[in-house]
Amino acid sequence: MYAEHFSEPATSHVASAPIEHQFYPYASNGGTILAIAGADYALLAGDTRHITGYSINTRFRPSIHTLENLGGPERAIVVAANGFSADGDALVRRLAQRAEWYTYNHNKPLSVSACARLVQTMLYGKRTFPYYVHTIVAGLDESGRGEVYSFDPVGSYEREQCRAGGSAASLLMPFLDNQVNKKNQYDAATGLPQVATDLPLEETLKLVKDAFSSVTERHIHVGDYLEIKIVTKEGVKVEYFPLKRD
Amino acid sequence: MFRNSYDNDSITYSPTGRLFQVEYALEAIKQGSASVGLVSKTHAVLVALKRNAEELGSYQKKIIRIDNHLGIALAGLAPDARVLSNFMRQQAMSSKMIYNRPIPVSRVASEIGDKAQKNTQVYGKRPYGVGLLVAGYDETGPHLFEFLPSGTVLEYFGAAIGARSQSARTYLERSFESFADCSAEELVLHGLRALRDTLAQDKELTIQNTSIGVVGLDSPFKLYDNEEVGEWLEKLGDVGSSRGRRQAEEAAAEAAAASAAAEAADTDAPTTDAPAADDEAAADLPAEPIETDD
Repeated sequence: MYAEHFSEPATSHVASAPIEHQFYPYASNGGTILAIAGADYALLAGDTRHITGYSINTRFRPSIHTLENLGGPERAIVVAANGFSADGDALVRRLAQRAEWYTYNHNKPLSVSACARLVQTMLYGKRTFPYYVHTIVAGLDESGRGEVYSFDPVGSYEREQCRAGGSAASLLMPFLDNQVNKKNQYDAATGLPQVATDLPLEETLKLVKDAFSSVTERHIHVGDYLEIKIVTKEGVKVEYFPLKRD
Repeated sequence: MFRNSYDNDSITYSPTGRLFQVEYALEAIKQGSASVGLVSKTHAVLVALKRNAEELGSYQKKIIRIDNHLGIALAGLAPDARVLSNFMRQQAMSSKMIYNRPIPVSRVASEIGDKAQKNTQVYGKRPYGVGLLVAGYDETGPHLFEFLPSGTVLEYFGAAIGARSQSARTYLERSFESFADCSAEELVLHGLRALRDTLAQDKELTIQNTSIGVVGLDSPFKLYDNEEVGEWLEKLGDVGSSRGRRQAEEAAAEAAAASAAAEAADTDAPTTDAPAADDEAAADLPAEPIETDD
């Protein structure tokens, strides 16, 4: 989606031409996030590893935030902004403030769809110096169905059934297309394509855990711990699972 | 208060060292309906009497949530309270962003105190016309501050502002020693009893005119309005003004005495319950205050 940039390590080679050094305002802090919308739940999962280059900064830096959203537990919204974590943190903090003002000014909680539009305006507001993040927002819509929206760094967004973002997005998305939306799967008897149905939460959680343990194997920036936040009408539940630490 | 030549602007002292504009601002608070606040070791509670300008109109909101751990009750010019509450919300949010902790109650109270003071020392501006009771819970426990247009901010165990608030203050003074160990529920009931004493003749606390705010350890600021107030009023029991209650008690006592006398005397029974009550009512009944926005 966008080229990752690693700062050049210091070397002592002789340059054939003058090298110009300049401050580069972005960094990549790794991590991968994944969101899936169900019939009566929405979940946002992400690993907690925080990296720069080939080094681990910390194994446990949760990156999925909850907007409490006065109104009721089912109105909570979970947000993750993955990529350059300073921009991700700044965006989520500002979003939390904007959501709070919304509840004061409108005397009602921010709906997920309104929150999504708000995120677009916030991201596009920095079109000339973007937030270097892939953002995902998840919650329950007005009728209680799971709702997931994902964004590019400058605010292009769409409602989706499921979305992976971050370092290992390219590994996860095809897996999700196949397992959640039953793509390229045919019914053995009729030869017709399988139809995607709403998955129960336990099934989805198994998929998420398997997905993350798989990308942990193959992607150096993913590992340590898996954080999953699940939004249901009872509110937000958070679960942690260990991942391989290599 | 008399019109005099030292009350034209906020920046003129009187010969006796008073700032009349600030004092007139305090009068505006007395025109609003009552708000009461009280603290225990674990909670801070606000109760307020809402007023409506017309029977078919909505009741003016009296308690405003500032943050998860903070709320205010107002008396006086409600639009001024709105402006101040917005400012407090901004301060609370930015303080939380910068220091990663909820704003201490004393900090936000002194910030609006300083803001109000500016308007008492600038030509062309008027002092805010609203008093606030700021109730919140922070690292140092529950707190209640009274904010006045002069910029004075003082901390209290129990406070009341607005019309007939002295009656509430009297109740609080009598019972405050028991506040510290009260449960949240007991504290709310104390507040409601104090508020009840500020009611005018023949009025009572209803779900429409009563507002309650509670905050404490492990309990974020919660505002109770309309139906949710019903259960509190039921726990309270008697929702009428204590003046009304006293008169009813006296009337009942007189009637009982009179009927007892009648039985004994067996003559035409003159019931004398009415006159005494009316006299007391006439003396008690204050002129209805001029209706402000509050």
